[in-house]
Amino acid sequence: MAKEPVNAVKERADWTKRDWRRYEMKKNKVAYLFVAPYMILFTVFTVAPVVLSFLLSFTSFNMLEWPKMVWLDNYLRLFLADDIFLTSVKNTFLFAVITGPASYLLCLFFAWFINELTPKIRSFVTLIFYAPAIAGNVYLIWGILFSGDSYGYVNGWLLKMGLISEPILFFQNVNYIFPLIIMVALWTSLGTSFLTFIAGFQNVDRTYYEAGAVDGVKNRWQELWFVTLPLMKNQMLLSAVLAITGAFGFGAIIDAMVGFPSPDYCVHTMVHHLNDYGNLRMELGYASAIATLLFLMMIGSNFLVRNLLKRVGK
Amino acid sequence: MKKFKIKKMRALNRSYGGDVGINVFLLIVGAFMALPFVYAICSALKPLDELWYFPPRFFVENPTLKNFTELFRLMSTSWVPFSRYIFNTVFISVVGTGGHVLVASLAAYALSKMKFPGRNFMFKAVEYSLMYNAVAAGIAIFIILSALGWIDTYLAIIIPTLAGSLGLFLMKQFMDSNVPDQILEAAHIDGAGEFRIWWQIAMPLVKPAWLTLIILMFQSLWQTGASIYIQSEELKTFSYAISQVLAGGIVRTGAASASTVIMMSVPILVFVLSQSNVIETMATSGMKD
Repeated sequence: MAKEPVNAVKERADWTKRDWRRYEMKKNKVAYLFVAPYMILFTVFTVAPVVLSFLLSFTSFNMLEWPKMVWLDNYLRLFLADDIFLTSVKNTFLFAVITGPASYLLCLFFAWFINELTPKIRSFVTLIFYAPAIAGNVYLIWGILFSGDSYGYVNGWLLKMGLISEPILFFQNVNYIFPLIIMVALWTSLGTSFLTFIAGFQNVDRTYYEAGAVDGVKNRWQELWFVTLPLMKNQMLLSAVLAITGAFGFGAIIDAMVGFPSPDYCVHTMVHHLNDYGNLRMELGYASAIATLLFLMMIGSNFLVRNLLKRVGK
Repeated sequence: MKKFKIKKMRALNRSYGGDVGINVFLLIVGAFMALPFVYAICSALKPLDELWYFPPRFFVENPTLKNFTELFRLMSTSWVPFSRYIFNTVFISVVGTGGHVLVASLAAYALSKMKFPGRNFMFKAVEYSLMYNAVAAGIAIFIILSALGWIDTYLAIIIPTLAGSLGLFLMKQFMDSNVPDQILEAAHIDGAGEFRIWWQIAMPLVKPAWLTLIILMFQSLWQTGASIYIQSEELKTFSYAISQVLAGGIVRTGAASASTVIMMSVPILVFVLSQSNVIETMATSGMKD
């Protein structure tokens, strides 16, 4: 005798997808309660700013009057009439292209090197490398070390060694500012990505290395490329995302070290331009256009790098 | 019988040359990384005359704590009582960090362990938001905050940080692999409510993750300096106040170094205490393609 389906199933036999969905939602009411506080905040302070920037970028807005629609005027002005903006785009790209990959590789390789150490030394060395990222404005010390008068240590050493005859004004000379800022930025850049890598390396099971050796891996480089990295793909992707986001958002260090505006706008980034128009000149529509472009650049390069990372270990 | 000479086991695929090279390299770069810290500590301990040696000397010869007392003297002469700045920083750091950990882990628990319509979409949204930097959102957040009337209140600093996406992301990934579904099921059968399961079962299991969230959040809030969201002097932070002391010019070099040492030692200490937990959390942090 064929079993009769229980009533509950019979009743639901003609449910559509939507009915099921509603049923699932009702059953999981408490889940929505759990995510609500975070999701509301996330929507208001993380998602809404992007949407708001995008919408305001088509307007002229000064906080006092209602925004006035100007369509593409802001963008046209940015690209056709604002030379400083173009400089800032160039600088932002330059910074991102140099510090993004460089900091990523530094995080990866130092995590790899540190992983070879014994556990006690490893935690100490990890601390030394990670400390610059969390120590607040200690990077200002580089300003003292490279200070322009003869009290600056670097100048002092160079003078003593007879390499220069008078002190170099490191932070006023356009030729030196850029490399110095890159150096300081990289010094502070071994942050969350670095820890992610450290954890990734520690997590690889030894047996994979042994299997790799049996299969003909001959040295540590081959081991890294063919065994370790493919196992760490997820960590690599997260670190890449963090590195890119960091590389584009860079500006506070420059303000603190060089001042604003920088000589000849030589290290003026889009973040500076954005804050200049947003905070100082209160041209919020214009600033929003800059923010929108910055968002697009960050997200665009993230997708680009995602695709590149798919090729690791092949 | 001939004795076999047993070579000491080397780690797989490692050459002596490579090991030495890597260690030397780490030593050099490590020294470079540590340089500003050593300098800050040395100058904080230097007596006044040593600060003005010419040519300057890097290391301290007669260490003294005078700079720290001088810093406190300078602080007590500030316009707003200095304790207020310290209170502000501690208040913002503690409330912001605690709030973030609670809000994020509550949501992470639901996203990780409950199957409800919309959860994939929500998590994807959080994951994608990692791709842009809050710096770009600053102006828009300012507009939103002023629409809410929160400009120049603690809320302006604390509430937006609660919405950070990295914390939720790390927490969710960690819960995925460290909270076994069986335990939760057993708790369900025993009649525990979801809230109780989250607090009494899931949260103790993910201690490394919330310690990680604490350090990431705390260090960024601890550094909160001058902000466009805050105008009143009474609401400004320790970091801001210190930058004002430093702005007092060159005579205050000693006090400035002392304040740098105080500022940096707190986050570093927090990290030292939680390092192993942080690493454990990061191990599950990967982003799937």
